[in-house]
Amino acid sequence: MAHILGQQDKTLAEAGGRPEGLISPLDPRMRIVMAVVFAVVTVALSSLTALCAALAVSLSLLTLSRLPWRKTLKRMAMMDGFILFMLVLLPFSMPGDPIFTLWGFPASWQGFWKAVEIALTANAVILSLMVLVGTMEPVTLGHALHRLHCPEKLVYLLMFTIRYIEVLREEYLRLRAAMKVRGFRPTTNWHTYRSFGYLVGMMLVRAIERSERILGAMKCRGFTGRMLLLQDFALTRRDIAFVAGLGVLCTGLIILEFA
Amino acid sequence: MHIVDGALSNPVVIGGAVAAASGIALGLRSLDIDRLPTAGVLSASFFVASLIHVPIGPSSIHLILNGMAGLLLGWAAFPALFVGLLLQAVFFGFGGLTVLGINTVNIALPAVVASVLFGRLIARGTPLQGAIWGGVGGAFAIAATTGMVAVSLALSGDEFLPAAKLVFFTHIPVMAIEAVLTGFAVLLARKVKPELFVKGVTT
Repeated sequence: MAHILGQQDKTLAEAGGRPEGLISPLDPRMRIVMAVVFAVVTVALSSLTALCAALAVSLSLLTLSRLPWRKTLKRMAMMDGFILFMLVLLPFSMPGDPIFTLWGFPASWQGFWKAVEIALTANAVILSLMVLVGTMEPVTLGHALHRLHCPEKLVYLLMFTIRYIEVLREEYLRLRAAMKVRGFRPTTNWHTYRSFGYLVGMMLVRAIERSERILGAMKCRGFTGRMLLLQDFALTRRDIAFVAGLGVLCTGLIILEFA
Repeated sequence: MHIVDGALSNPVVIGGAVAAASGIALGLRSLDIDRLPTAGVLSASFFVASLIHVPIGPSSIHLILNGMAGLLLGWAAFPALFVGLLLQAVFFGFGGLTVLGINTVNIALPAVVASVLFGRLIARGTPLQGAIWGGVGGAFAIAATTGMVAVSLALSGDEFLPAAKLVFFTHIPVMAIEAVLTGFAVLLARKVKPELFVKGVTT
């Protein structure tokens, strides 16, 4: 499911070749659990020192993973683009001590720091998530969630989705190529919207028909509603060291918050 | 449309997670063996559809199509859209981890409500009538989603109120485009595969 974002934008792990960092050999289950623990701890923080420390932890995880810095941080910055407007508005919408006045609207220090706090939290969490969990093979993620006792059907749904994203994306590109060959160029007009609507409709109709064939093929091979997920995981000493290390750091963050 | 970690207050995040878990549980219950592959493939199609950029003036928007997801999947839209959001957060860094619950509810609940309100109307009458109701359903789902995003921001503190309003008003063009696209998608589906909405895929 990697090439979704376009040729240049593969998932991070594939973009840099398989990174042989210190993160990828670790037990996927522990990586998921610790990513959640780290996220919950970070969201609970509110002091700037603690939040900067949390971002530092994420950045050091990034270093350990040997993912390409620029690409990873660029992807993180993409998310910041989405929330930028909210962060820019905050100083103006929160009452407090004024910094400056823009067109009669006072900007407050309280609002500014709140915006900084949100930006630090969001970036620290998403970066650690991408480094710890995003470096897995998508299929491994499914297996690990299964071993962590996620509902079976949800895991199957996840596996189906992962399996077919790439197939359907190719189908989408085929349909787009067919449209292009017939001289379709998207602009802002009714014809474009109608064509895109038909495109979406066609994709969905084809997807449903495909799923009927898949079900037929699976039943023919004896599918009874259970898929065997064979990948097994074993905890090694290294995993325990990782859990303990990140656990200590999380405790440190909490202490920093209340110190 | 994604809310990120750290913006919302704890009660909103926890409430969202609980609501999402119940929605996902209900959705999974509605999926039996025969419907599981359909839900999986549709979940993947909505993931791919969300990467389509539709031009609007000098800019472009990406599709959400949660109304269509609701119409085809019913309650199963909850787990299907959750899976999409999970993959986006983990592999592409969109959204966040602790806010997965609230983001799922904001996108999937309008989808389910749209299917309850408009599902029958879309299957009835001529394909054109169905398409018009499809358009109404598509616009409704986006309006409800932006409304819910705005409410979750506003509940987290008054300082988010301007941002919440801005989210709602900047999404009015998105509503219009989703309405037109959903309408045409329904029109095509009604003509090509009329039984699709009559019996429903997963409901």
